[in-house]
Amino acid sequence: MPPGILLAAEEPTLSSANTGFMLICSALVMLMTPGLAFFYGGMVRVKSTLNMLMMSFISLGIVTILWVLYGFSVAFGTDKGGLIGWEGDFLGLSGLGLTELWPGYTIPVYVFAVFQLMFAVLTPALISGALADRVKFTAWALFVALWATLVYFPVAHWVWGAGGWAFELGVIDFAGGTAVHINAGAAALGVILVIGKRVGFKKDPMRPHSLPLVMLGAGLLWFGWFGFNAGSWLGNDDGVGAVMFVNTQVATAAAMLAWLAYEKIRHGAFTTLGAASGAVAGLVAITPSGGSCSPLGAIAIGAIAGVLCAMAVGLKYKFGYDDSLDVVGVHLVGGVVGSLLVGFFATGGVQNDAKGLFYGGDASQLGYQAAGVFGTLAYSLVVSAILAFVIDKTIGMRVSEDDEVAGVDTVEHAESAYDFSGAGGGTAPRTAAVPAPPATPAPEAPAKKVDA
Amino acid sequence: MKLITAVVKPHRLDEIKEALQAFGVHGLTVTEASGYGRQRGHTEVYRGAEYTVDLVPKIRIEVLVEDDDAEQLIDVVVKAARTGKIGDGKVWSIPVETAVRVRTGERGPDAL
Repeated sequence: MPPGILLAAEEPTLSSANTGFMLICSALVMLMTPGLAFFYGGMVRVKSTLNMLMMSFISLGIVTILWVLYGFSVAFGTDKGGLIGWEGDFLGLSGLGLTELWPGYTIPVYVFAVFQLMFAVLTPALISGALADRVKFTAWALFVALWATLVYFPVAHWVWGAGGWAFELGVIDFAGGTAVHINAGAAALGVILVIGKRVGFKKDPMRPHSLPLVMLGAGLLWFGWFGFNAGSWLGNDDGVGAVMFVNTQVATAAAMLAWLAYEKIRHGAFTTLGAASGAVAGLVAITPSGGSCSPLGAIAIGAIAGVLCAMAVGLKYKFGYDDSLDVVGVHLVGGVVGSLLVGFFATGGVQNDAKGLFYGGDASQLGYQAAGVFGTLAYSLVVSAILAFVIDKTIGMRVSEDDEVAGVDTVEHAESAYDFSGAGGGTAPRTAAVPAPPATPAPEAPAKKVDA
Repeated sequence: MKLITAVVKPHRLDEIKEALQAFGVHGLTVTEASGYGRQRGHTEVYRGAEYTVDLVPKIRIEVLVEDDDAEQLIDVVVKAARTGKIGDGKVWSIPVETAVRVRTGERGPDAL
């Protein structure tokens, strides 16, 4: 987010170009949640496809409402002690003027509120990938509501709200490497440490049931991410958003190639899942850093993230935690890598004048980044684990083992993703009564007659 | 009557069908199947996790014939199915007590 600095002479005026651009960006970010649903949905087994899709879609419902009621107020209201915001006028988005502008911005507060709403929707949905196949849908819905309230809204305030501790410290998080990806990745880790592994983890094959869906989802994410990243500058008056747009494309390309190269060397094949995962790893890593690095820096950041995330997805087998669809391996690791690399690759010539170690700066920016990373990671991990624990002890987080084995789709949603059976149905009337069998066997037919 | 069952490579289906038609067989049933014999499966990799897929896709063809035609028909199927490589499959026959054509109620060889 751009700093809210206003010189006395510059009273902002509403820019219709920026407003239109930001409304389109908001729609692009909205598309990321269905994109994520397909990205995850293709990766699970057939029997839990719908549940995976629904875990993302339900966030579009729940978090949207909470954001209007009080989320925007907690995240972007007047600061209280650097930890949360609160502003009565923001409750229900009722006290906002139609063309009300914040100091230093040229888009109505309404537009900012809806853009940020899409981020709040996406972030809890990201967590769901770690919980595949085994969570009660009501427990998940409750978790989404509580997690948005106690974790996302405050952390968004820390990182982007005027007065938030990370914002004031000087942590650079252009579009959400910390508030979105580290936050969601750490939450995923906290929850799975509480709820445990899927039945058959490390024993049964758990192959993605539809890699084309995964590729489609990755494509939608990549497309929507331009709104997520370039839109985070909230306007286009100084070219910074355009640099972010370029870097988003460049880092994603580099990360996809890096993941594929690592995979080819290590496992002998260029996989489609590797291409999709590498692209997402690059998108995650450039999210905090793309407004402070050059395109060459973006290539380096993408490539580093691609390789490190490709290595990180294997850790779950080593340590025995069931991060089902690698939310930790891709989003937490990618977010940490991208956030820390700001301390190395910031050129000092894009979003602000902070310089990284590779551009003649000292280690102070790296220190700020580490503080933002650690603070968010620790808070989200602990609070998410506590939330999961409380829900588990009250209504229960997991479906029964039998239901999990049978498939969470039919149990929780009373539907199946695909109908492959050609049997059943058909009401064509009978053309004749069923004849009685002949009393005596008919004589052998002379001609050769073979049939089945 | 005999039931001839062939479990063979999926891409041989058209050849087998044509050979059976030339022999005078007017109908058959085909099922998609999977299994393994001496031919083993392959390895797949998903984000570094390697899975050995043992079962190889096959098709299972079933044909009912009169006893006298059985041996000859088996030869026809084997010839059409053979590629000479591991995994060509198996063909076998078993005796069938009776068969009924559902539409007419004809029984025995008449139902074929």
